Amino acid sequence: MRTVDLIEKIVQVGLGLAVFAAVIGLILFLADKAPKKAKDVVQLVVFLAPAIILLAIGLIYPAIRTSILAFSNKAGDLIGLDNFAWIFTQPDAVRVVINTLIWVVCVPLISTIVGLSYAIFIDRSRGEKFFKALVFMPMAISFVGAGIIWRFLYDYRPAEREQIGLLNQIVIWLGGEPVKWLQTEPINTFLLIIVMIWIQTGFAMVVLSASIKGIPTEQVEAAQLDGTNAWQRFVNVTLPGIRSSIVVVVTTISIATLKVFDIVRTMTAGNFDTSVIANEMYTQAFRANEPGRGAALALVLFVLVLPIVIYNVRVLRKQKEIR
Amino acid sequence: MRSTMQRRVFIPVAAAAAVALGLTGCVGDEAADTSDIDCAPYESYGTFDGDEVSISGTIVELEADRLNESWADFAACTGMSIDYQGTQEFEANIRTLAEGGNPPDLGIFPQPGLFADIANGGFFVPAPEAVEANVDEFWAESWKSYGTVDGTFYGAPLMASIKGYVWYSPSEFEEKGYEIPTTLDELDELANTIADEGDHKPWCASYASDAATGWPVTDWIEDYVLREQGPEYYDQWYKHEIPFNDPGVVEAFDAVGDILKNEDMVGDVTAGLSIPFGEGGLPILDGTCSLHHQASFYEGFWGDGVTVAPDGDVFAFLLPPVNADDPVAVTGGGEIVGAFSDEPAVQAFQAFLSSDTWANNRVELGGVISANSGVDASLASSPLLEQSIEILQNPDSIIRFDASDLMPGAVGGNSFFKGIVDWIGGESSQSVADKIEASWPTS
Amino acid sequence: MTSTPVAAPIDTDVARPGTTKTARVKKRLTSRGATIVSLIIAVLWTLPTFGLFISSFRPEEEIKGNGWWTIFANPGFTLDNYSEVLLSSSASSPQLGEYFVNSLAIAIPATIFPLVLAAMAAYAFAWIKFRGSGALFVFIFALQIVPLQLALIPLLQIFSGILQPFQESVGDALNIPTSNYLQIWIAHTIFALPLAIFLLHNFISEIPGEVIEAARVDGASHGQVFLRIIIPLAIPALASFAIFQFLWVWNDLLVALIFSGGTSEAAPLTQRLAELTGSRGQEWQRLTAAAFVSLVVPLIVFFSLQRYFVRGLLAGSTKG
Repeated sequence: MRTVDLIEKIVQVGLGLAVFAAVIGLILFLADKAPKKAKDVVQLVVFLAPAIILLAIGLIYPAIRTSILAFSNKAGDLIGLDNFAWIFTQPDAVRVVINTLIWVVCVPLISTIVGLSYAIFIDRSRGEKFFKALVFMPMAISFVGAGIIWRFLYDYRPAEREQIGLLNQIVIWLGGEPVKWLQTEPINTFLLIIVMIWIQTGFAMVVLSASIKGIPTEQVEAAQLDGTNAWQRFVNVTLPGIRSSIVVVVTTISIATLKVFDIVRTMTAGNFDTSVIANEMYTQAFRANEPGRGAALALVLFVLVLPIVIYNVRVLRKQKEIR
Repeated sequence: MRSTMQRRVFIPVAAAAAVALGLTGCVGDEAADTSDIDCAPYESYGTFDGDEVSISGTIVELEADRLNESWADFAACTGMSIDYQGTQEFEANIRTLAEGGNPPDLGIFPQPGLFADIANGGFFVPAPEAVEANVDEFWAESWKSYGTVDGTFYGAPLMASIKGYVWYSPSEFEEKGYEIPTTLDELDELANTIADEGDHKPWCASYASDAATGWPVTDWIEDYVLREQGPEYYDQWYKHEIPFNDPGVVEAFDAVGDILKNEDMVGDVTAGLSIPFGEGGLPILDGTCSLHHQASFYEGFWGDGVTVAPDGDVFAFLLPPVNADDPVAVTGGGEIVGAFSDEPAVQAFQAFLSSDTWANNRVELGGVISANSGVDASLASSPLLEQSIEILQNPDSIIRFDASDLMPGAVGGNSFFKGIVDWIGGESSQSVADKIEASWPTS
Repeated sequence: MTSTPVAAPIDTDVARPGTTKTARVKKRLTSRGATIVSLIIAVLWTLPTFGLFISSFRPEEEIKGNGWWTIFANPGFTLDNYSEVLLSSSASSPQLGEYFVNSLAIAIPATIFPLVLAAMAAYAFAWIKFRGSGALFVFIFALQIVPLQLALIPLLQIFSGILQPFQESVGDALNIPTSNYLQIWIAHTIFALPLAIFLLHNFISEIPGEVIEAARVDGASHGQVFLRIIIPLAIPALASFAIFQFLWVWNDLLVALIFSGGTSEAAPLTQRLAELTGSRGQEWQRLTAAAFVSLVVPLIVFFSLQRYFVRGLLAGSTKG
């Protein structure tokens, strides 16, 4: 890279940011100057339109296309429900669905509980930033990095050779025989789930910690003066204060979990009864050249998200009522 | 408020930029120097000053450097600039890029099956005449067929590798008086001898390779199908003119199973599924197993200080035929170059890549071989590669592309691997072959 | 602005002596059990990374031959892995610095754009009343499930069919080079929006209604409310989302590869790191060092944005 190229790149970024700031500033300014009568509508449009337009291009249109694809074969002819029939006649279809359900129950639950406890326990303690960084770190490691770290941990070597996987070394220290962890069913699914929990806890911790800090200090102080213990303060003050954040965290992690395939793919490739729907989707669409089947699997995922969506709708309604 | 915030965001950003600048500073600005290049071999391609050609593939790192080097002179003499982007995600992304209307000018495909998929999608432009002329002149008919889809010729092969080598330790063989086997039966006898007298298992086994775990065993199966059933059968098999679970194929599974699913041969049968394929042969060096079945490219896995030679630390012999006087039959791999653009510069570059000039350039840089008959085998960087080139160039050799790379992605990139994993895990040959047959796409 | 007592974000411990006292009180009250649990969590979460960190300084044969916990029994310290990652100069991937610049050039705008747009949309959903607001919000939030991989082709078609020619003609007219990054920025922005709107809506809707109502009654427009009240009050939420978005973009390879227009000029660091494993993955020990090299920038971002997670912002604002 020559110095000229570097300057050009900096200019590109600067220009991009400047144009963006100018456009946003301008429309906010113009919305302010809109005639009084139409002002509310104009302002609503200004606030929502950029996001909606981008979403329509980048996600809504693809989502519609995917839905059509799910009912088509490779040549593009509509074939009805054949792709779905194919999914559910696979020999291990049931297993894949069950695995997916195990994932979507375990990961959000454990990540949120661990992340929340950690956020509360280290809140205002000395070295809080440092402690947060420790649990946050897995989030900052790419999936490739996470894959290496955990493959290392679960590595198997025959008993006569020296182990390089910590888990098997611990088993040996305890007097056991090394185990082929990732081939041993059903524990392998849980070992993969641990990787996702390890990553997502940082997310739960950061968001919930920010939310805890939003609880008015005087409420906590008042509860303290009342002589309540830590658990009572948690249940009566903290929990109500961060309830909506918990819903957000659980929802986000659930959706991320339904979508994740990198972990399964790099660690077991879905072998040994560890596959999940997202992994099957990726394999069909990108490795097996069967986009229709991939799209059908994506729709199945969407159906699995519906309960989460419905729950959020209800929470949202309650919030609006309170307001 | 605003300014504090900006400053606080700005400082780390500036710091990072400074680090980046520092790193850049280490490497000076570079300029191409054409003065001392002999441009004579490239004159016939014409000049394309300022034209840019983008090319993409799975080849990265050192091998990508050599690739760039192999056409550097061509680029300098013709005036075009060639931008190679190597990524291991190429196979997964190329279809997206093609369908999205933004592919590179040229793609280097390691799998003829994927190449055919893209061709069937109508994304390629047919190969120019110069390329076809080169292929007719320098390549065997079977190689041309991998770049041909529905009668249209789209692209020439690039490099090659030979699968089906059996790696061994020459010193161990000499010490114990073992002979290189000349038939599959002799190979089994040898393995039995090692098992009987040695303190270790004869065969090394390792099949783990991320999402493609199991592929080393598909090479085994293909080698046995080719040797036991012959090339015509092999062609019918990958083209699905006979079903995947044809008795001959199941027979090959069983024959391989006698080795890989036999505790006396490999020790713990399923352990191989957890051992990275690249590490599987290394125990030959410390004498804990004696034989390892892996392609010619495994030469690069032995590490520094290990000599690969007939009298070195390790060497390899071809998996022998059924009868000693059968013709040499090998499976191999390689790449096919497909074009998404018919710009003159792209076509000139494509023609150059299919020429003997390029093949010699590249082979001379080391590490790879080509099936181009214009290659001078003595340019190869090691005895093994030289021997491989000779096999490829021998008109009597029967050479077939790795069948899993030729089969549709649903089989060759998915159910074949998965079937192997189940098979090693204990499922019967028949049942696995039936499952793979059932997964063959209908359209 | 001055009416809200939200001065410059300040570190709780330093600038609010009162809080420090409460902190002490609280600390005494939190049980020893909690401390132990959090230490255990910290250790469990760090141990795998720690093992990788130790390994990154070990020679290849040691990494592949024995466990990192035997480092004292098998001493061997080397910076080779790092020097290969940082300095190895090859013709096809010449300078790590370029990848760093590219990654930053992609990540900074791709963090700011969705942050601003999502904050605006979240504000509209939370505080501008209109019919169908709830339904539209739920619809957008449900878009999170659309797999990125399936959205690539249509988006790329639109880009190469419409955006690219447009960009080129504008570039020609104004005589400026066309940006390699624009497509990547837009793609990242779009893919980030559903989650960003969802997360920010949660925080923005919790801002006490009285504050906003008061400003509205005083005649402030939505634009003014957004800039003067919402943004300052939502800083902790904005900061946390900014961190995550930065991370996702920083660690992304797929979007950058697809939308970089087939050139290596805009390739991010992740591509270089992926290459380090060699053509057949035999050199994976280098990834130990690579993982830490790529970790540095996200950690800097985390530490520098962490100061915005300040307690009591909202509490202060209601009082004032």
